[in-house]
Amino acid sequence: MIETILFFVLAATSLAGAITVIAARNPVHSAMGLLGTLFSLAVIYVVNLAHLVAAVQVIVYAGAVMTLFLFVIMLIGVDKAEERDETLPYQRQLVIGLAVITCGLAIALATGSGFRWTPAAPAAAQAPNGTIENVAEPLFGEWLLAFEATALLLTIAAAGAIALAYFRRGAPEEVAE
Amino acid sequence: MTVTPGWYMTLAAVLFAIGLLGILVRRNALIMFMCVELMLNAVNLTFVAAGRALGLIDGQVSVFFVLVVAAAEVVIGLAIIVAVFRQRSSASVDELSGLSG
Amino acid sequence: MIELLPLVIALPLAGAVFLHFFGRRIGEPASGWIATLAIGAAFVVGLVNAVPAFTGELHHAEHVAIWDWMPAIGASLEIQWDALSVLMTLVVTGVGTLIHVFAIGYMHGDPRFSRFFTYLNLFAASMLTLVLAGNFAMLFMGWELVGLCSYLLISFWYTKPSAAAAGKKAFVVNRIGDFGFMVALMLIFLNFGTLSYGGVFERAGEVLTTGTAVAIGLLLLVGAAGKSAQVPLYVWLPDAMEGPTPVSALIHAATMVTAGVYVVSRAAAIFELAPAAGYAVATVGAVTALWAATIAIGQSDIKKVLAYSTVSQLGYMFLAAGLGGYVAAVFHLMTHAFFKALLFLGSGSVIHGMADEQDMRKMGGLRKHMPTTAATMGVATLAIAGIPPLAGFWSKDEILGVAFEGGTYGQVLWVVGLITAMLTAFYMTRQWVMVFMGEPRWDDGVHPHESPRVMTIPLVILAVLSVVGGLVNTPFRLGLEHFLHPAFEGIDLAHPSEEMSVFAILAAVSVLAGVAGIAVGYLVYNRPPARWTKFQEGFGGLWTAWEQAYRVDDIYGATIVKPGKRLADAAAFKFDLPVIDGLVNGAGWLVRTVGSKLRVVQTGLVRNYGVLFVAGVLAAVIWMVVAGGGV
Repeated sequence: MIETILFFVLAATSLAGAITVIAARNPVHSAMGLLGTLFSLAVIYVVNLAHLVAAVQVIVYAGAVMTLFLFVIMLIGVDKAEERDETLPYQRQLVIGLAVITCGLAIALATGSGFRWTPAAPAAAQAPNGTIENVAEPLFGEWLLAFEATALLLTIAAAGAIALAYFRRGAPEEVAE
Repeated sequence: MTVTPGWYMTLAAVLFAIGLLGILVRRNALIMFMCVELMLNAVNLTFVAAGRALGLIDGQVSVFFVLVVAAAEVVIGLAIIVAVFRQRSSASVDELSGLSG
Repeated sequence: MIELLPLVIALPLAGAVFLHFFGRRIGEPASGWIATLAIGAAFVVGLVNAVPAFTGELHHAEHVAIWDWMPAIGASLEIQWDALSVLMTLVVTGVGTLIHVFAIGYMHGDPRFSRFFTYLNLFAASMLTLVLAGNFAMLFMGWELVGLCSYLLISFWYTKPSAAAAGKKAFVVNRIGDFGFMVALMLIFLNFGTLSYGGVFERAGEVLTTGTAVAIGLLLLVGAAGKSAQVPLYVWLPDAMEGPTPVSALIHAATMVTAGVYVVSRAAAIFELAPAAGYAVATVGAVTALWAATIAIGQSDIKKVLAYSTVSQLGYMFLAAGLGGYVAAVFHLMTHAFFKALLFLGSGSVIHGMADEQDMRKMGGLRKHMPTTAATMGVATLAIAGIPPLAGFWSKDEILGVAFEGGTYGQVLWVVGLITAMLTAFYMTRQWVMVFMGEPRWDDGVHPHESPRVMTIPLVILAVLSVVGGLVNTPFRLGLEHFLHPAFEGIDLAHPSEEMSVFAILAAVSVLAGVAGIAVGYLVYNRPPARWTKFQEGFGGLWTAWEQAYRVDDIYGATIVKPGKRLADAAAFKFDLPVIDGLVNGAGWLVRTVGSKLRVVQTGLVRNYGVLFVAGVLAAVIWMVVAGGGV
């Protein structure tokens, strides 16, 4: 029962945050909306017994990534509010069309009978307890190679970011036009 | 009324759709990036929910990998936005149409 | 030891590749010796492997697989080692080695010395591919490769326009023959489903109808006539004399031009089923023999005489092969390789000593200055004239013997052969007398001299072979016949009569013809040139026709080349330019126009692309949902 209540509360906050992200004219507001969504999801993870994921969600996303976003927003100016009117021809109509189709598909799926969200779960499926120990074991065992690959990816990303930020300085302006 | 995995999936789908909509309608590159984060988080939610329903810890392990990719993407993406902003003093993607045919 | 056989091809090939890359650095004469070593080693390998054939232990063809090329059609790189390929290999490598040695002296001072030996080695490898092939596909590969080498070597001095044109002519005329050859191969494949010798010849009797066999035989004849310079495709060979003389000796006398004879002999099982095709081969051979012999009489260029003589002698081989006398044909192929190579090398020695003079009217009296050349060429002249016991006598007599036994038609051909033999003796004597006897008629500043040892030693060796080479197959001891027998198993070979009296009469007649030819030649041409003219004028317009080679080149030019060119012009300017080019340009125009209309789609705007992307994803999802029965 308590999970049901939590679900509705958290779903409401996360959707509210998400809508703020795309609706706010001020980027800082969007960032705050995203923060709300991320926190709501973290709590949902806790409800789903994914404790470590929840912690990482707060630390990495809500902490590091959002800080980075805010930094960049400050860097390029918060006062740049976006125009509301659509400048690209047909873009709005196309998006609306796609949205209608998507909604139609969703309704069709919801009312239809042939669709299942998850494959048939084993009858006695125990919800996995996402403690550090339980998550670390497959992460550093079965998926070690993938883990190493992500480490490499992060290193490359860091080097790329430095290259983008650092080597432009002092170099002649390479304006295409 | 118990919460079934389908509920979480529905929530994830809606979050994903909102993110997608944001990418299509907003022209501020930063906002578009946030929308990408939103979509990635929606996917993470499905992983966790499905892992729970199936009794597998692998769902949560997958979240870590998505997380790492997202972090790397944010680092590079924001660096590019900053670099573009330095040259054009704008973060609007509509002005970046140098590849038009 | 048979595993080593691929080396026979690989050694000259390696020599060619090596010289291609390092020949210039090595220079003269080392690159010549390397090439000689390569083909000499191939000869040794062939000889070692030939031992079982000599001792009679090689009853069936041995096969050495090198590479499964296209197994589905029986085309692989595979060596067939039987008596016929043994003999061909030994002739090609043996005579080839001697000619390589000779060329070291002959090509002395040529700026492209090492390139010459590259080609020569490449030719040797190609020719050995041809004769060692175990199926028609590999045979055809060698067939085309020798054609290429022939082209490269004829136009070796490509700065000379006549040499370049001669190479081109050889190539084009050979293409005509190759076309027939290719169609023959297709027919063979169509009927047998394979191209391997074993699969074709063993089942020829059950698979082929007479009509098909005749068709294949005639098409093979077209190919063979192109390569072996038979009527009407012989015109390229006299022009091929533009190439360096060792090339004429190796390719256009001893080896490549005999490929046609080899193919006819190889395909004996098919001709066996098609007597009509056999008669066609014999007729073409006889006509060629007489036709070319008459032209040879009228030539005054020392190499042209030999070229037409070669055409004529190849006609002899065809005559024999067409009547089923494959042993006689191959026998003559072998002896001809000896004495014709010798004649060409001797003429090369003369040309070398006369500072590149080729006109026999400007020679004379050379025997005092070039004794070795004169003696060896004299031997070859007697050999080709059919004087016993030299090589030419035995092989020519066997051919005439086969013809005489070939029924009424065979006896008609025998008469033609006999006349040809007489003419051969005449023009060869004429040549030798004009060059070596009488008074000197040299241009000023020409100082004839004997060639160096490196050139005369091959001459001497070939002279010895021209003397004793015929003894391998005499009516008294049929050595070659027994040797070749396993290769012609199941073939009904035509033989000369076994009656000694018939042999003696036929031999006497042909020797008489030869002696008559020699006597006329000697009596007329061992006198001042004024008397020659008088003799020649006695023939009236006929002599002019011979001198001008019946103007066949002009006739071909007017009837084939000119209309061909006109057709090509029409195709180029009336069809290719407007239609084909129009299609190509139209395709380009279409792409450009459509592109310029469609380029607006590429807005460069990320969000436009995003919408399209999402639309695509949505379509895919809908398809999956519908196909998966989700709705």
